[in-house]
Amino acid sequence: MSEVRTPLFRLAKREAMSREKIWAIRVGSIIIALILGCIPIMLTGNNPISAYAVIVQGSVSRPIYIRQTVKIAIPLLGCALAIAPCFKMRFWNIGAEGQITMGAVAATFFALNFAKTIPSPLLLAIMFITAATAGGLWALIPAFFKAKWNTNETLFTLMMNYIAIGIVAWLQGGPWEGRKGSQLIPMFDDAARLPEVFRVHCGWIIVLLLVVLMYFYMNKTKQGFEIAVIGDSVNTARYAGMNVGWIIMRTMFISGAISGIVGFMIVSGANYTLYKGVANGVGFTSITVAWLSQLNSFAMIAISAMLAILEKGSNTLQTRLQVPASIADIITGILLFSMLASEFFINYKLIFRGRDKKEVNA
Amino acid sequence: MTMIITLIAAAVTFGTVLMYGTLGEILTEKSGNLNLGVEGIMYMGGAFGLFGAFYYEKAAGAAASGPLAIIIAILSALMAGMAASLIYSFITVTLRANQNVTGLALSIFGTGIGQFVGEYMRVREGGYVALSNNLKNAFSATIFPDFMVKIPVVGQILFSHTVFFYLAVVLAIIMFLFLKKTKYGMYLTAVGESPAVSDAAGINITLYKYLATVIGGGISAIGGMVYIMTTAGCVWNHEGLSGVGWLAVALVIFCIWRPLNAIWGSVLFGAMMIMYLRVTIPFIPTEIYKILPYIVTVIVLIFTSMKNSRDKQPPASLGLNYFREER
Amino acid sequence: MDTKYAIEMKGITKRFGQVVANDSINLTIKRGEILALLGENGSGKTTLMNMLSGIYQPDEGEIYKDGKLIYIHSPREAYEHGIGMIHQHYKLIEVFTAAQNILLGLDEKMDIKGANLKVKEICERYGFDIEPTTKVYDMSVSQKQTVEIVKVLYRGAEILILDEPTAVLTPQETDTLFEVLRNMKKDGKAIVIITHKLNEVMEVSDKVAVLRKGEYIGTVETRNTNPQALTDMMVGHSVALNINRPLYENPHKKLVVENLTCVDEEGIKKLDNVSFIANTGEILGVAGISGSGQKELLEAIAGLYPVKNGSIRVVDDKDNETELVGKTPRKIREAGVGMAFVPEDRLGMGLVGSMGMTGNMLLRSWKNGKGAFLKKKEPENLANRVMEELEVVTPSIDFPVRRLSGGNVQKVLVGREISNEPSVLMTAYAVRGLDINTSYTIYNLLTEQKMKGAAVVYVGEDLDVLLELADRILVLCGGRVSGIVDARTTTKEEVGLMMTQIGEDVDE
Repeated sequence: MSEVRTPLFRLAKREAMSREKIWAIRVGSIIIALILGCIPIMLTGNNPISAYAVIVQGSVSRPIYIRQTVKIAIPLLGCALAIAPCFKMRFWNIGAEGQITMGAVAATFFALNFAKTIPSPLLLAIMFITAATAGGLWALIPAFFKAKWNTNETLFTLMMNYIAIGIVAWLQGGPWEGRKGSQLIPMFDDAARLPEVFRVHCGWIIVLLLVVLMYFYMNKTKQGFEIAVIGDSVNTARYAGMNVGWIIMRTMFISGAISGIVGFMIVSGANYTLYKGVANGVGFTSITVAWLSQLNSFAMIAISAMLAILEKGSNTLQTRLQVPASIADIITGILLFSMLASEFFINYKLIFRGRDKKEVNA
Repeated sequence: MTMIITLIAAAVTFGTVLMYGTLGEILTEKSGNLNLGVEGIMYMGGAFGLFGAFYYEKAAGAAASGPLAIIIAILSALMAGMAASLIYSFITVTLRANQNVTGLALSIFGTGIGQFVGEYMRVREGGYVALSNNLKNAFSATIFPDFMVKIPVVGQILFSHTVFFYLAVVLAIIMFLFLKKTKYGMYLTAVGESPAVSDAAGINITLYKYLATVIGGGISAIGGMVYIMTTAGCVWNHEGLSGVGWLAVALVIFCIWRPLNAIWGSVLFGAMMIMYLRVTIPFIPTEIYKILPYIVTVIVLIFTSMKNSRDKQPPASLGLNYFREER
Repeated sequence: MDTKYAIEMKGITKRFGQVVANDSINLTIKRGEILALLGENGSGKTTLMNMLSGIYQPDEGEIYKDGKLIYIHSPREAYEHGIGMIHQHYKLIEVFTAAQNILLGLDEKMDIKGANLKVKEICERYGFDIEPTTKVYDMSVSQKQTVEIVKVLYRGAEILILDEPTAVLTPQETDTLFEVLRNMKKDGKAIVIITHKLNEVMEVSDKVAVLRKGEYIGTVETRNTNPQALTDMMVGHSVALNINRPLYENPHKKLVVENLTCVDEEGIKKLDNVSFIANTGEILGVAGISGSGQKELLEAIAGLYPVKNGSIRVVDDKDNETELVGKTPRKIREAGVGMAFVPEDRLGMGLVGSMGMTGNMLLRSWKNGKGAFLKKKEPENLANRVMEELEVVTPSIDFPVRRLSGGNVQKVLVGREISNEPSVLMTAYAVRGLDINTSYTIYNLLTEQKMKGAAVVYVGEDLDVLLELADRILVLCGGRVSGIVDARTTTKEEVGLMMTQIGEDVDE
């Protein structure tokens, strides 16, 4: 339909843009975000350049810092991988937070009850599998209602997060409480702790393995193909003979399972215990990681690393320059805003009045 | 009996916080924008509300007036929330980025800003940041005269609350009237239901989305301020505030997008959240009470979708951006 | 009565890119008169009227109202001139009441009570059957249409344009609508109905203006004409296209459809007792006004549309029959039926727009092979083959098909569908929007398949093509079969007439 009163410019979907240009825009948006990030730093009376230097130093300058940064990046990356297939399917799963938590609950159950009776490798394997199953089943609930009654999945998965967290709060103060009145679940025995490789829990190996697996799953397998087709057009999927409801449920199970594994890695590799803040917002932040990576597994490594550096570096910033560590969230937010905004210039173009007279009507 | 009355009073106190968050988000969602940044917005409202009131008192000294402090706190929170939602609106409405992701980004950003301001004040003021008792009382005092509060039962239940509660109720009623009885309210609903139809009817979609989202964000932010100034006792308390925004989002669903439901809904949610302190039900552990609001919300969500009752659905275009050429 | 024209359109031309949708058209509309604007699909009727309702602006030509030159830039301005159009797709908010929808976008102060009264008054005056307080989601299709009409009247329109108003109505509802139209005529309104149904034209209109392929053919008084004459004006003389149509030796039956009945979600019959047989080695053309059940027929055969009654069977070389009703597309394929389907909505149903040719070739074969992994080698070869043989213009076989031109998109789709030697090949509007050369490529491909022994079902809208491409033509009208004719001996007029009436039982 043609414009009523031709405005100064109008929008049109952009057809194609060269790869170099796209990356130039994205890199540009990161640079702009870092420049904007100077404002809050300056408010604290610090020099932004030296602050950024501290962030980089504090996160990657020494092996021990790198290890801590990697520890932050592991769950972010793992969870972003979990979210990718859902978002590819245009199923807005924002329930990773809860799926992580339920995975952690399942793992903790075995860690608390069988650490003395089952040998460590077997125990860890059981924890791994049950965590995946628990996360998967937790994700299956909203998926079932979506497939059956088209229940809004965004809102449903969101609610499920807090139900999961509430369950942990109850466990913490109730059945699993260690010392009475402590409101804490006891620390895991060594048998239930993930072994370290290069002095970081071996979760990093699992996650990197998942990166490769997810890449192949999404791009090379039949199931990945089904997901991509549904994300593009449900009608085409039906035309091609796909059972859409079933695929939604299966994909959500897989997604929840991976989040569950992330939960297992957090309790067994990093915290050695369970508390209600176990997911600590990772489920939300990882959504932005997945989205800004265009759901590409390998790009997620870069973005989750970037956010992890910011977070770890900001802790250093706090100790060295007394800048509140929340500066990490602010700069992360600015970074996300900037990158989200930049997608507009990749997907749309502005057509100014007077140009492009020929309007082809579809 | 007294226990029930104190429970209700406490439920109203916490419910007031939720009511602002929810009313703001209802207004936002009515335009089709699902702003998941409420958590961040409420953080910002809390921090800036305290910031405004604190520095007002610092400037005015002993002469500081309670009502003025309240107005300054409201305005500071409002401005903060509006600024935050303006960012959201610009990125989703004008730049058409994914609403879920943008909302989550705003949550991260807003909690960061809230924390930052809270800590910044602490560092700058060299420690404890709190209002004087004088002002504190102004924030938690009721607006009704003593004799009314002292009426048995009714007084405590109806007249003992803070000015914020009564303001929120008035706001809910105004929003109800706006949406139901005015042309612009009807247009806003139309925009949230079908931007394409509204566009064809000559309604300025962008304007409505911006206004509803920005004003809605401002209202939500007041909720954060109310938490800090009443429940938290005029001190920055990020732990207490964490999760409140998400609860407000749940409450929006529970209220099925109707402002009047928010009045009793928020008190009910408030009761469920604080019940663990005061009531014990056999066999149900108290910690479980806190997830009740989410469970009932899920049940509401499931039932409305199963029955497919058209009046109780989310605004039809919720979460979707509108692009005219895509017709 | 005022004899001056309410609206006079002079020399109206509208182009969309290269396509001339309206070519220098003249049209006059009078008060107290119902004008039928008649023409086949794509003849430019709706485009012409959209220029009156402010949706498009003409590239050339002038519009006069009551003798005064006017310019209409938007639907709002059209209302100000007293012109209102009821589109085929209703623009209503489902959760609003009738009255609220009617008030939407009006400048006046909102007064629901007053509006309710005014709506009631309009309803009573013209005999509409709606309650202003009913929510739209509780309404039937015809009630929704009524809301649209009242909406236009409420805005004070004196000139009403209805775009195919009867397409979605039952016969009874149609009668009621016509009654209302006559009432409005008596009230001095000028009414235009866009249609391609001859019986309705004869029943309700005073004058008929005919368009054909964007050109104005003429206007006649309804009482001085007859369906035959109108059909001639509408379809024109046959144009020789010289499509190659070889004859296949020894056809035998391949696809048997018996008493097929399908009902849509709202309970309206889309297919009504449809029976036919498609043979190997023939192209069975399906003609009909759009929305006569073509889409549902093909989708039902493909297992994508629920069947209420009847049987669809595919016969193999040894005369074994396979029942398709109740089978999903996957089950149909697993049953060994070589079924190919080129749907009307190419990118929304037949293809994945965001994928390249390879991905789209996979859509048919993604399940093939053991194991969890996709077998990409074959589809890749196929994509290359299709690209070469059908001369698809694309930067690479991985370039998203959404970004290809319409002709190339269709080549990808058809290329895939004919690639594994289907025994039944169904196509819906296979050449819509394509240029001449690509159209011929498609015709040749279909004929090739036919000569290989496939039963080809070709749903088309251009009668000239159907007459030269198909062996037999099945004509659908209102979900029913109004006849099956031999394409070699029939005439355009005969088919055209069948399209607008069902065998004997025409109205009256």
